[in-house]
Amino acid sequence: MLAFLPIVPLAGGLAALAIPADAPRRLLLVATALAHAALTAATFAAAPGPAYGGLLELDAPGQLFLALASALFLAASVYAVGYLHHEGGGTKKDFQDGAAFVNAPERIFTMCLCLFLAAITVVCSTRNLSVLWVGIEATTLSSAPMIYFHRHRRSLEATWKYLVICSVGIALALLGNILCSVAFYDPASPLASMNLSEMLPRAGGAAQPWLRAAFIFLLVGYGSKMGLAPMHNWLPDAHSQSPSLVSALLSGALLNCAFLGILRALQLLNAAGMGAFGGELLVLFGLLSMAVAAVFIVGQGDYKRLLAYSSVEHMGILALGVGIGGTATFGAMLHAVNHSLTKGALFLVSGNILALYHTRSCHDARGLSRALPVTAALWTAGFLAIVGSPPFGIFVSELTILQAMLGGGHTLAAVIYLASLAVIFVGMSAPVARMVQGPLPPAIRHPGPERALSLIPPLVLLAATLTFGLYLPRGLTEFLRRAAAAVTLGG
Amino acid sequence: MELFSSVMVALICVNLGYLAVTRLRSLARLTAVQGVLLSLAPLLFAAPGDHGHALFLSLGVLAIKGIGFPWLLARTLSRLEVNPVVEPYLGYNLSLLAGVSGLLFSLWLETRLPFPPGLFPPLLFPAALTSIFTGLTLVVARQKAVTQVIGYLAAENGIFLLGTPLSGQGSVWLELSVLLDVFVAVFVMGIALHHISKTFESIDVGRFCTLRD
Repeated sequence: MLAFLPIVPLAGGLAALAIPADAPRRLLLVATALAHAALTAATFAAAPGPAYGGLLELDAPGQLFLALASALFLAASVYAVGYLHHEGGGTKKDFQDGAAFVNAPERIFTMCLCLFLAAITVVCSTRNLSVLWVGIEATTLSSAPMIYFHRHRRSLEATWKYLVICSVGIALALLGNILCSVAFYDPASPLASMNLSEMLPRAGGAAQPWLRAAFIFLLVGYGSKMGLAPMHNWLPDAHSQSPSLVSALLSGALLNCAFLGILRALQLLNAAGMGAFGGELLVLFGLLSMAVAAVFIVGQGDYKRLLAYSSVEHMGILALGVGIGGTATFGAMLHAVNHSLTKGALFLVSGNILALYHTRSCHDARGLSRALPVTAALWTAGFLAIVGSPPFGIFVSELTILQAMLGGGHTLAAVIYLASLAVIFVGMSAPVARMVQGPLPPAIRHPGPERALSLIPPLVLLAATLTFGLYLPRGLTEFLRRAAAAVTLGG
Repeated sequence: MELFSSVMVALICVNLGYLAVTRLRSLARLTAVQGVLLSLAPLLFAAPGDHGHALFLSLGVLAIKGIGFPWLLARTLSRLEVNPVVEPYLGYNLSLLAGVSGLLFSLWLETRLPFPPGLFPPLLFPAALTSIFTGLTLVVARQKAVTQVIGYLAAENGIFLLGTPLSGQGSVWLELSVLLDVFVAVFVMGIALHHISKTFESIDVGRFCTLRD
């Protein structure tokens, strides 16, 4: 079963390239997403064995991020049908500088979407550090053309920054992998592969200075892809310039993949009894990311960049959670679930706003509740969810992490954490309130009806995170506990 | 071992050359030289009785890093019709000084680090580290997008060199897929370069100043 998981989107992508007509290709995209989601769901029913000679092997942390990516991709692909239909072809006028531009061919875009899912699947379903690296590099390459979907200057600038920063980051991660094999070097009984199943039992005997260096490079390398400050520069640009459904996938699925890379390195450190060293670094990067995000969120005039900086904040919370360890690791896993669902929904909703208002400015996109009442309701709910208001899921996960911090005596970290959260709450509420209320801009006289295909996916995602805030199913709690235990115990 | 040392010294010289060269075409040629030198490395490390794997890997490196990349770069340069001068942010002399300092630092580091005995032959670590350092210098200290690609390649070559002594049996497919991945990365960057030169009528990354807070 595991063998088919990456094959399905790969085949879907290649087929998308071959289909000339738009309608069947869009149908194929949704079918691919459905098939992938069904296969992913099946891995929960019966644990799949390793595939391709152990190169692919699913464990709890991988399965968690795989399920998130698959669910989000399904939502994004349904959204894409309406989006691509209304986006259409031909030359368009850029709303910011008035220059003419065209969109990338829809065939290429659809293919890249599917290949992106295939790459994510490989990343999530392997315990082999080399395959993980190849997968993460493949996610960069397949997502770059999607960021450059609208072929104008700004998106090209964003794509180039994304390619260069992430490629250098991934090169550093490769260096980390090599240092890791230096740490495990033993001419008497060499490692047969960089598989965690083989490395974890031997981690106790690894050369500690090299393992430490390896972790630093893996953290900085994958951290730049995850959007941890100060390596986050590509993130707001790429998220604001790409089509909204791509931003949703980048934030909700891609950043998690890079986080998984860091978790694998942390597993090794924990197994080697050096978890405290890794934890301290993660707490440091986590708090820094939260603080940097808070600074840039206040006064941010572009609502897509606002969401992007919010992703930097939440990646910081994830790093902080696993850095603190214990219950906070469980909190971080839960937070990853809630963040992916909420941020995915918010980016999809932002696409609806952008489609009507043709501006990313919080000051110009006003009167949402009159122009797009359902979108306005979803935007408000999504905002409340993302800043951690009850009864949404993020409130629960943020509280879990806070309790673990206070319980573990990390008072200073808790103070910075709370202060950043408070600043971000205020910083985000002002623009969101301004957008929802106020008079309609004169240019928008007849907004027209809202499209169901653009509303249902974010609605479902938000409903899920609301459910997890009110009630955590026992099965989910146990699964997240297992994922957290795999990270903390290095198992 | 003497052959090995000569290859390492040649690699170090190529690295310093990267920083001193003033023409884009010469820079592209240097990547070819580095790729060919690098393709020798797997052969020099081959364990007795394991020549098949080493030869396979060596041919892969030669095809991708020695021929593929330089060909792609040369093609891109001739299609772009850009100003052939490198145009540094950080002058050639200062870059070279930075490169030499990086080399001295890595030579010093080689004497201080607790290497596992018998893993890295002498000069390999400094050669690899200088390559990474030069590559990153090219990424940040040169004005054109194409030099960033070349810098990324040089850094990647250094990392690859550091990894060669560790290449174990059975993992050669993975090493090839890593190589292939880097190859595709350069390919994607090449396509992006074309779009940049078409859209901005220049490949000067200094013009990328629209997106900021």
